[in-house]
Amino acid sequence: MNVSIIKYNAGNVQSVLFALERIGINAVVTDNIDKLQTADKVIFPGVGEASSAMKYLKEKKLDEVIINLKQPVLGICLGMQLMCRFSEEGETNCLGIFDNNVKLFSADLKNTKVPQIGWNTIYDLKTNLYKNIIENEYMYFVHSYFAEISENTIAKTNYGLEYSSSLQKNNFYATQFHPEKSSDAGQKILENFIKI
Amino acid sequence: MLAKRIIPCLDIKDGRTVKGINFENIKDAGDPVELATEYAKQGADELVFLDITATNEKRKTLSELVTRIAKQINIPFTVGGGISSVEDVSVLLNAGADKISVNTSAVKNPQLIKDLANQFGSQCVVLAIDTKFENNDWYVYLNGGRVKTELKTLDWAKQAVALGAGEILLTSMNNDGTKDGFAIDITKQISETVNVPIIASGGAGTMQHFKEIFEKGKADAALAASVFHYKEIAIPELKTYLKENNIEIRL
Repeated sequence: MNVSIIKYNAGNVQSVLFALERIGINAVVTDNIDKLQTADKVIFPGVGEASSAMKYLKEKKLDEVIINLKQPVLGICLGMQLMCRFSEEGETNCLGIFDNNVKLFSADLKNTKVPQIGWNTIYDLKTNLYKNIIENEYMYFVHSYFAEISENTIAKTNYGLEYSSSLQKNNFYATQFHPEKSSDAGQKILENFIKI
Repeated sequence: MLAKRIIPCLDIKDGRTVKGINFENIKDAGDPVELATEYAKQGADELVFLDITATNEKRKTLSELVTRIAKQINIPFTVGGGISSVEDVSVLLNAGADKISVNTSAVKNPQLIKDLANQFGSQCVVLAIDTKFENNDWYVYLNGGRVKTELKTLDWAKQAVALGAGEILLTSMNNDGTKDGFAIDITKQISETVNVPIIASGGAGTMQHFKEIFEKGKADAALAASVFHYKEIAIPELKTYLKENNIEIRL
């Protein structure tokens, strides 16, 4: 199994690499276009700010590469938000793989603090990414912006409002939470992705 | 719903876990990686590692330890102690830490919080405050509780959040090591004033104390060290107890 992790200026790459190691996968971290295109699986992680991340992807022409990938791709956290159409963070036009807008959690939402930090539940689970994952399993989230619900939603979470904690369209999968930090259930989701 | 977090804290000295009372009388409490793995298995939601003797020579040892921990455990963790620059943080995050905490250096140079938030995002910047109640108010202490400042804790918390701190780890020196319970009033005051999560620390002795700090203190997370290290409270029992008391908890 040949897994490539996209190298760019907003990675939490170590955690993803280590999590893959724990399930017996030695991934490579690369921005080499050929390596990304020929990998069996591609992971698009990210912790950081949307507009500077998009700017970097465009400079490296990685934006075109990512949207044209044919193998299963998994976006994580900022990676997922960048796969959406538009983010309020820095008023950024993103990759547009998912036709979702990404919005800031409002401070007026009931009992919510921003960023959301910690373990929240995922429900209405769809696709094989969630095979053998129980409804209302807890996942680890750290984010201030969220993707709206759409036809691509494959998991929902509630934080003052209901939003997409996971999206899927064709070969593209994405999670707002960090499977690499979500204990045994998160590890199971990574294993499921590798098997897709 | 977002769950309240239970966070064991490991104080690190020369690569070993240690525990003192009121920041003094340091005793050995085991191997950090072994303990971290055990806590993760028991259901800890997150871990905090504070290097209490962080000096430049020890910095490399710490980043190596961080990598060993990151390879082993599958829950998030924060690393703090002696962090004073963007470069220090970069090293620790690259080694595999999810978040870092700053304390003394941020008081001396508040711009550091802003620089870290801009560079790495607020989500990984935890502001640690050691606070003590005296003369009718809560004051900020530095250098592991050895140096008093004239800074009021609530003012500092507000300022730090405005600068970009994404979370506050609040340790009450009056309560730390006493096992008489957390400092409810100042935790509640800060939690209701700033819009970032508050981790309450210092004073945990019984399971009821955790319930109180979540219900009355409005804490988002509770941190403890010795009650977990010395197995006075088992994490699975604590979490079951809290769940039974209608507190949102990940089991």
